[in-house]
Amino acid sequence: MKMDVSTKEIIVQDQPLKKSSPAFTTKALTKTYGEGAAAVHALRGVDLEIPSGEMVVLLGPSGSGKSTLLNIIGGLDRASEGTVFFQDQELSDMTDEQLTRYRRDHVGFVFQFYNLMPSLTAHENVELVTEIASDPMDPEEALGLVGLRDRADHFPSQLSGGEQQRVAIARAVAKQPTVLFCDEPTGALDSITGRTVLQVLKDINENLGATVLIVTHAAATADMADRVIHFADGAIREIVVNKTKLDPEDIKW
Amino acid sequence: MNSLNRKLLRDLWRIKGQAVAIGAVIAVGVLMLVMMTGLVTSLDETRRTYYERYRLADVFVPVNRAPEHRITDLAAIPGVSSAEGRVVGSALIDLPGRDLPLQAQAVSLPDFGTPRLNDIYLTDGRRLESGNANEILLLKSFAAANGLRPGDSLSVTMNGKRRSLRIVGLAQAPEFLYTTAPGELITDDAGFGVIWMSRTALAAAYDMEGAFNEALLSVGLDARLPAVLDAADRILESYGGLGAYGREDQTSNRFVSEEIDGLRASSTSVPPIFLAVAAFLLYIVISRLVESEREQIGLIKAFGYTDFEVGSHYFKLIIAIAAGGAAAGCLFGIAAGRAMIHLYLEYYKFPFLIFQLDPASFVTGFLVSVGAASAGGLLVLRRVFALTPASAMRPPAPPDYSRTGRFGQALNFVLDQPSRMVLRRLTRQPGRMIGAMIGIAAGMALSVAMIGIMAGFDQTVEQTFTVIDRSDVTVTFNEAVSNKAVFELQRIPGVIEVEPIRIVPVIFRHGLQSHRGAVNGLVPLPRLNRAVDSELATIHLRKGGIILAQALADILAIYPGELLTVEVREGRRPIISIPVAGVAETLLGSPAFIEMEVLNRALHEPNRISGAYLRIDSMMEGKIYRTLKDMPTVAGVSVKNNARAALQKQMDTGAGMMRFVMAAIAGVITFGIIYNAARIAYAERARDLASLRVIGFTKGEVAFVLLGELVVITIVALPVGSLIGYYLSFAIAAGFSSDLYQIPAIFSPESYGAAALAVIAATIISGWLVKHDMDRADLVSALKTRE
Repeated sequence: MKMDVSTKEIIVQDQPLKKSSPAFTTKALTKTYGEGAAAVHALRGVDLEIPSGEMVVLLGPSGSGKSTLLNIIGGLDRASEGTVFFQDQELSDMTDEQLTRYRRDHVGFVFQFYNLMPSLTAHENVELVTEIASDPMDPEEALGLVGLRDRADHFPSQLSGGEQQRVAIARAVAKQPTVLFCDEPTGALDSITGRTVLQVLKDINENLGATVLIVTHAAATADMADRVIHFADGAIREIVVNKTKLDPEDIKW
Repeated sequence: MNSLNRKLLRDLWRIKGQAVAIGAVIAVGVLMLVMMTGLVTSLDETRRTYYERYRLADVFVPVNRAPEHRITDLAAIPGVSSAEGRVVGSALIDLPGRDLPLQAQAVSLPDFGTPRLNDIYLTDGRRLESGNANEILLLKSFAAANGLRPGDSLSVTMNGKRRSLRIVGLAQAPEFLYTTAPGELITDDAGFGVIWMSRTALAAAYDMEGAFNEALLSVGLDARLPAVLDAADRILESYGGLGAYGREDQTSNRFVSEEIDGLRASSTSVPPIFLAVAAFLLYIVISRLVESEREQIGLIKAFGYTDFEVGSHYFKLIIAIAAGGAAAGCLFGIAAGRAMIHLYLEYYKFPFLIFQLDPASFVTGFLVSVGAASAGGLLVLRRVFALTPASAMRPPAPPDYSRTGRFGQALNFVLDQPSRMVLRRLTRQPGRMIGAMIGIAAGMALSVAMIGIMAGFDQTVEQTFTVIDRSDVTVTFNEAVSNKAVFELQRIPGVIEVEPIRIVPVIFRHGLQSHRGAVNGLVPLPRLNRAVDSELATIHLRKGGIILAQALADILAIYPGELLTVEVREGRRPIISIPVAGVAETLLGSPAFIEMEVLNRALHEPNRISGAYLRIDSMMEGKIYRTLKDMPTVAGVSVKNNARAALQKQMDTGAGMMRFVMAAIAGVITFGIIYNAARIAYAERARDLASLRVIGFTKGEVAFVLLGELVVITIVALPVGSLIGYYLSFAIAAGFSSDLYQIPAIFSPESYGAAALAVIAATIISGWLVKHDMDRADLVSALKTRE
């Protein structure tokens, strides 16, 4: 028993240690689209640390800047000003080639509209990533994680929306990413399928240790996160650390 | 303006790049149609007016010497509205400073007034004054080429006598639109002149007092031409009639007609190719647009717009592009036609121009382009109708690739996923891929054919002047002379080799076909000017047989072994029946070859020659020419290199010039097709490709997925295009061939290689342009938009 307690304590003590080596650190991050009077300020100076291994939910109304932040730390877009660190590497200084390398080696993406290759089967869609990744898992295994091993030979056109999204998740995790970015992953799904997808994300966070970042405007999703970052008008309104996380099963949809 | 129409304008603006590209292809098709039909009608109309105003004869009747009073008999032939006799003769012009004597044709004008037929158009100076035997008018182009002006004197040898004549004016005439020395085929402004003199003076020079040696007839609209020709031949039979012929056989008119017919033929065959390509591109682009506007279509339908209203909205878009392209094509066609017609005017020496557009060509251009576009549009409309408001509002299902096959396990080890994506896309939409492939193959075929035609023109010149004619100089005598002249020529210092020839004018007849031409009597083993077979080996003349040029055999529809009737129009005018012994490969003119001895025997004129081919020492050129100029029997000297240059010039300025225009357009089209194929492929897959970039594929790897498809299509298109090009080159070669020269369709590896390089270059450039766009594409927005 004592051992158990001490183990728990270590885990508890791990929290501040994680904070000292965050997955992402941003400083005074701004993003402006357009110029002059037509300028849109998508981000207005965001300072943020995202600890490794956490499940983080970015919450906010549309246009609040949460997707912009996700795109910048995901290496898809560049900040207008400020700095972004992934571990100890500065993303804001990277060339296009280096950003590609970064996405290839460390980042998994899951999108609202799945973005599968229609010309490849589920298995092949996963293989698409395992072929170029440095330390991938077996595509079968990745599909197993999302419970689609038996649909491996189906083309996207033969899969339901939820199944397509699970294939997209399998594709994202197959490379064993350091971070998994999900932009409205349940946005196009009904509640039952949505829960399945969230369950898969939770499992991946817990079993693979990947930092998972979910952007959503569905507030209920926040209940399953370690940390919830509320966004409004391009800035962080508040950060809530959940003491207890709900299981996706128990989320009120 | 209602809101749908505003949407139409904005849509047009949004796809302006592709709209312009497609409009341009349509415009090129319409441009060619308008320009070429414009040229045809303008040339036709100008020629008709010129002929009419200057009263070009309908019938020409050459004769040895007929008394003047027989003209009234000719005028009395039923259907003949007027008749006139005149004197014509060959002359030599001796220009100071030129070693070579220049050939000329002397033509009489009435002593008083203007001629009833074949009038002249005076451009400088004045007409002839009666009673002054030394006055002449000179053909304007000849004068211009040799720097002669009214007031200058000219040393002219007529009928063996040299005399000094004074130029009082320069003129042009409808019968000399296209001028060639007798027996020559190629026009050379500086080398052949026309001299007009008063009837009395010219008759004196050629011993034709009270007589004529050419009758001109004009006929009424209802006259039967063959009957008139027969009647004229009968009347002049006993005076050495050389055979009446109609205007369509008149040399100058024949070449002009050839040219106009060639233009007419290509104006109906080339533009449809462009319009078909444009229709195809339009279909692809608009169907892509409809696909991307599913939601909007659903929405508009949900508001209560009918299928017809929505359909006509998209149909208008198609029509707008097609009509815009057609309108631009008409405008540019008019401009291009105006520019080109001046080149033709200069080439044909028309004194004035009637620029006339064919309104029918606008209508045809519009209807064909709009029709072709609509055909593609109807397929698109079917899809618009099929969309229900509800289904249109849902995101499109992923395209179904489940039937593209899984290629078996074996392939899985060979192909990585990107390659599989390329392969599946190729196999999923075979129709569209085949379409794109055929488009590129069409470009390849056009390029192959056009590059091949360029080589064909070169081969015509090369084969004619190096393989068939190996002489340096051709000497023509006034009349058939004794073959002792050969020794006389051989004695000239610097002459290396002499080969005599006997050329007589004839009419070939076989069945219903006939052709006015000449027979070349050759020595048994010719070396300098030979008949060669398709392998370019000398055809040995066999006694009693005639060898025909392929073009002539085609005209007469005759094959080796069949009997040909040859009516000689000289001397005793025998009619010979002779078997065709073989067909010769000649690309210039349509000659016939026979052994000289056989010809002379038939004429009862043994050992007569009418000219000779010379091989000479080029160091002694000038001296040889001066010697020839002083020989009274020499009627003309033509230098092969001049003839070669003249032919080259003619090919580059006449109808042959179109080959450059068409080659340029073939290049533009090829590039247009490939670029559009690349653009469309990119537009259809922008989102997939952005997704690939997002999940960590490099720009190069993503470009492979897109451009791999283009490369595969191009690689397949190359052999297909070569095959189509092979057959197309025969059609185009036939189109460019004329009475004057034949352009061979050449299968030369170089032209295929060059065309393939052009296509590959177009692919690389298109690929690069699209990749450039792809590299700059905003990854985020591609993910956000749902198509």
